[in-house]
Amino acid sequence: MPKHKVSRKGTSVDMTAMCDVAFLLLSFFILTTKFKPSEVLTVVTPNSVSTKVAPENDVALITIDKDGKVYLSISDKNVSEKREIIDIVATSKNLTLSPAQKSAFARAGYYVGVPFSKLPALLGTPAESIKNIKMEGIPVTDTLNNELQIWMGAVKSAFEGKKLEILVKGDNASKYPSFQGVINAFKKNDLMKFQMITNPEAVPMGSELSKRPRTATPQ
Amino acid sequence: MAEMDTSGGGGHKKGPGVKKAKKLSTRVDLTPMVDLGFLLITFFIFTTTMSQPTGMRLFLPKDTEKPEEQNKIKESAVLTLLLGGNNVVYYYEGTLLPDASNFKTTTFKEVREVIINKKKSTDPKDFMVVIKPYKESTYQNVVDMLDEMTIDDIKRYAMVDIAEVEGMLIDRTAGVPAAAAPATTK
Repeated sequence: MPKHKVSRKGTSVDMTAMCDVAFLLLSFFILTTKFKPSEVLTVVTPNSVSTKVAPENDVALITIDKDGKVYLSISDKNVSEKREIIDIVATSKNLTLSPAQKSAFARAGYYVGVPFSKLPALLGTPAESIKNIKMEGIPVTDTLNNELQIWMGAVKSAFEGKKLEILVKGDNASKYPSFQGVINAFKKNDLMKFQMITNPEAVPMGSELSKRPRTATPQ
Repeated sequence: MAEMDTSGGGGHKKGPGVKKAKKLSTRVDLTPMVDLGFLLITFFIFTTTMSQPTGMRLFLPKDTEKPEEQNKIKESAVLTLLLGGNNVVYYYEGTLLPDASNFKTTTFKEVREVIINKKKSTDPKDFMVVIKPYKESTYQNVVDMLDEMTIDDIKRYAMVDIAEVEGMLIDRTAGVPAAAAPATTK
């Protein structure tokens, strides 16, 4: 009798293939992941069908938070422009700022959200405790005293002859008047072109845009 | 598979005195490794941000006082959208009648129909949409409406400051008590 010994199969499954897949996916996610920079300002941006990725360099970013407070920040790489901006602002508003205060503005990830009267105090605050400060926002809603207008004027002259992208990052819940104030500040400085940061969204089915070829979309 | 053939060739028994060397399996239990792998995958899936924020371009028109520089538009070809609070959209075609009989209410979901209907019934050369956000409207409303212009392929649209009459009309329609009371006594 050749077959009286039943070959006993082990219950363990070969895990090698599964392990391969797991680590392949793992390496993919490790490489593609980009950690969100820890934001002090939490802003929930609206959705739009726009497909253009927002720029990251040469950017003047105006943030509107959910209470309609307005903040200004300049992209980290433009350190020389930042110094120029704070110089211009200091001279036009007659603020006496020490070199240390000026370089505080040029620090990475720095944003301003206070009226000019409180600017020296803000710039004097050390980096560690800046998160605890309750900023009241740059005043924009008053048409006669739109301080963002002065800021944008400084930004414009600092970026003179260079590429400048103006971004507006508004919170869904912020009311229109602050956005209107921001737009007015742009208009007064002849900055007619800006972008609004949004989350991508699919084009609704059957709409006019979806009927057109995607390449013909003017941006 | 990383496994050696240990079954032996022909199955010849070595003599009765020779002890068979114990066959050690070269297999390693991979289960903990796979567990760890998937745990890390889950972590990276949750922390990753695949979709980058996009930028929506907007060009502002230049404010001009000179009448010859201003764009002239046909009254009948204009659709005015007023963005009120609580995600309500008010609209009227052409100019607002003194008795406000053409002042209608809609929502953000249904406004597309209104725009498309108006677009079909007017000459595309003249068609223009005017967006007037009221102070109650949110930033999201404004961006949604500008996005709607892109979706509906509207070539000409403008954002204009709201007129006082229109603001009052919105207040009255929205049923703000303070504004409604003097309106009825008029």
